[in-house]
Amino acid sequence: MRRVSGVRLSGVTKKFDEGEDQVTAVDNVDLDVADHEFMVLLGPSGCGKSTLLRMVAGLEDPTSGEVFIGEQMVNDVAPKDRDIAMVFQSYALYPHKTVRANIEFPLKVRRVPKAERTAEAHRAAEALGLADHMRRKPGQLSGGQRQRVALARAIVRRPAVFLMDEPLSNLDAKLRGDTRTELVDLHRRLDSTFIYVTHDQVEAMTMASRVAVLNQGRLEQVGTPQEVYDHPASVFVAQFIGTPPMNLLPAGLLGGEGVRVGVRPEHLLPAADGAVTARVHQIEHLGHEVLVLAESETAGRLVSRLAPGPDVPVVGDSVRFEVRPADMHRFDATSGMRLP
Amino acid sequence: MNRRRLRDIPWAVLMLVPSAGLLAVWTIYPLVRAVDYGHKQCNRTLTECRDVGWGQFSRVFQSDQFQDALLVSVKFAVFTVPTGLVLGLALAMLADKHIRGIGVFRVIFSSTVATSVAVASLVWFVLLQPQIGVLADQLSGVFPSLKEPGWLNGNDTALPAVAISSVWAGLGFSFIVVTAALQSVPRELHESALVDGAGSFRRFWHVTLPMISPTLLFLMVVLTTRALQTYGEIALLTGGGPQTTKATTNIPYLIYGENSLIRNDIGLKSAAATLLFLLSGVFAAVQFRGFGKRVHYGS
Repeated sequence: MRRVSGVRLSGVTKKFDEGEDQVTAVDNVDLDVADHEFMVLLGPSGCGKSTLLRMVAGLEDPTSGEVFIGEQMVNDVAPKDRDIAMVFQSYALYPHKTVRANIEFPLKVRRVPKAERTAEAHRAAEALGLADHMRRKPGQLSGGQRQRVALARAIVRRPAVFLMDEPLSNLDAKLRGDTRTELVDLHRRLDSTFIYVTHDQVEAMTMASRVAVLNQGRLEQVGTPQEVYDHPASVFVAQFIGTPPMNLLPAGLLGGEGVRVGVRPEHLLPAADGAVTARVHQIEHLGHEVLVLAESETAGRLVSRLAPGPDVPVVGDSVRFEVRPADMHRFDATSGMRLP
Repeated sequence: MNRRRLRDIPWAVLMLVPSAGLLAVWTIYPLVRAVDYGHKQCNRTLTECRDVGWGQFSRVFQSDQFQDALLVSVKFAVFTVPTGLVLGLALAMLADKHIRGIGVFRVIFSSTVATSVAVASLVWFVLLQPQIGVLADQLSGVFPSLKEPGWLNGNDTALPAVAISSVWAGLGFSFIVVTAALQSVPRELHESALVDGAGSFRRFWHVTLPMISPTLLFLMVVLTTRALQTYGEIALLTGGGPQTTKATTNIPYLIYGENSLIRNDIGLKSAAATLLFLLSGVFAAVQFRGFGKRVHYGS
C-alpha cells in the first residue's frame, strides 16, 4: 500500500527575534501540497521560502500554525520521524566519509542490516550514475557529482517527502539545465512528494507541477506554471515570473482610473495605429527571437518580443505598439492585486 | 623555478627575517648551547669546562634520577592530557549552544587562560592546605588523606594533586581551542545528520568528532608537550617532593629545581634538557603517526 504523503500547512507563521525586534519570516501561510506533487516554492531571497521548507523538515518550529505530513500533524515530531529527506544548498556531505558511506548513512543510523544497506546504496548510486565513485571522498568529486551524492543520500531511504533547498544554485549553467531534467525524471520514477525551494523562476517553470510564489513571508499565488504565467495574481508575481518581465504601464494608461495594465513582451506588438508610442534604443537578437527595448514618454521603458524578420525595427525608430484587450493584465494601482 | 618566483625571493627572505631571528636567538642558539654543554663538565662558575664526550647523554639517560623523573613526567602526562582534552571538549560542547547568556559561561570557562601558573598554583595550594583549605575541610570525610598527610604531602597523592591544578589552569586554553573548532563545523552538516535520523550521540560521533579531529590532535600534542615541560606548578606546590620519594620530581624539575641533585651541574642539566627536547619530539611524532591517519583535514 502506498503511503499518503501530501504536505499541508495551515496558518503557519514564523517570527525570529532580532535583538529587540521581531522579524516575521513567514506570515500566515496556508498551502496544500498534494501527494506526489512537485511543488516549487519560488521567491526572491529573504522571502521566507527556505524558512518554510525548514519548518516542514522540523529544523525550525513554527511560531504558530500547523504542519501536516500525510494525515499526521507533525509540529512536535522530530525531523528523523517525519519520513522526509532533505538536500541542502551546500549538499552537506560528510567530507570524511566515502561516497558509499555518505549514501549509506541514513540507513546506518536506522540500523538497517549491512547487506541491505549496501544493496540500497548501490541502487541509489546506480540511479544517479555514481556507481564508479563509491570509494571516493566528496573532496575528490566535481560539483555536479557531489550534488548527485546528496540526491542519492536523500533517495536511498525512499522517503515520503523530499525537501530541496536551492540544490542547483552551486552548479554552472549547463549542468543546471541537465540536472533539472534529471530531477523531473527522478520525481517521475519515485513515489515521493517533492518540495523544492528556488529563487530561479526558470527552475520553477520547468520542473514544478505547481508553483507557490512567496514575497515578504506571504504567499502571493499558488498554481501551475502556466496559470501563474497567464494569470498572475499580483503585480509582484507578474514581474517576478517571465523573462524579460512583464511591462507595467503607469496607472490610468490603457486602463481606467486606479488601474495599472501589465503586458507581456510577446503581447506588445508594433501596429500602425498603436496607442503607445516609443523610441527604440536597443535591439537584442537572440536568434529565435528579438527583444526590442524602447522608451516611451507616456509608458516609460518597454520591452517587446518579436519574431526575427524584415519587420524588426532598428535603433532610433519611433514605433507605435498596440495591446489586444485580451492580453492585458489589470491590477489595482494601490494594492497591486489582480482585477477581474 | 620560474622567473617570477626568483624575483619573490628577496621579499620572502625579508619577511622571514623577524621570526627567523626570534627563533634563532631564543630557541636555536640555546638548544645548540645545551647540546654543547651536554658533553662537558664544568665548574660552578663555568670558567673551566672539559669535554667528557657524548657518553654523558647516555649516562644521564640511564641514571636512576633521570629514569625516575621520566616516569614522573610520563605519569603526569597520562594524568593531565586525556583529562584536559575530555574536559575541554565537554565544556566547549556545553557552551556551544545558542541560548541567552551563554557568553557569560564562555567567559567563565575560558578565564583560566588569563590566570598565571603562579596564581593557579597559589589557589590550589590554599584549597588543598590540610589545616585551613576548603577542600580538606569539606571533603576529608570522603578522602581522609586530604587532612592527613594532605594531598601535596602524600607520596601517592602529590602528583595527582599537582595534575588537578595543572588541568584546571590549562582548561581555558583547551576550551577556547575546541570552541573555535566547534564553531567552524558547518551547521548544515548537523542538520543533515538530524534529518537523516542521527541522534545526539551519533551526530557527535559521525559529524562533530571527525570535523574537529585535527584540532583535537593539535591540542593533544600541545598538552603533552606542556605536560612534559611542566615546572612552575611543581616548583610552587611540592618542590619536587615529598622529598623522601621525590614523587613529583619530573624532568624539568630535575633540570632546574631547587631540590634537584644536579642543580649545580651545568653539564648534566644540559644533557637532561637535550634529552627532554628529544623525548618531546618523539612523543609528538608518535602522536602524529598514531592518530594522523584517523584525522580528517577537510576537502
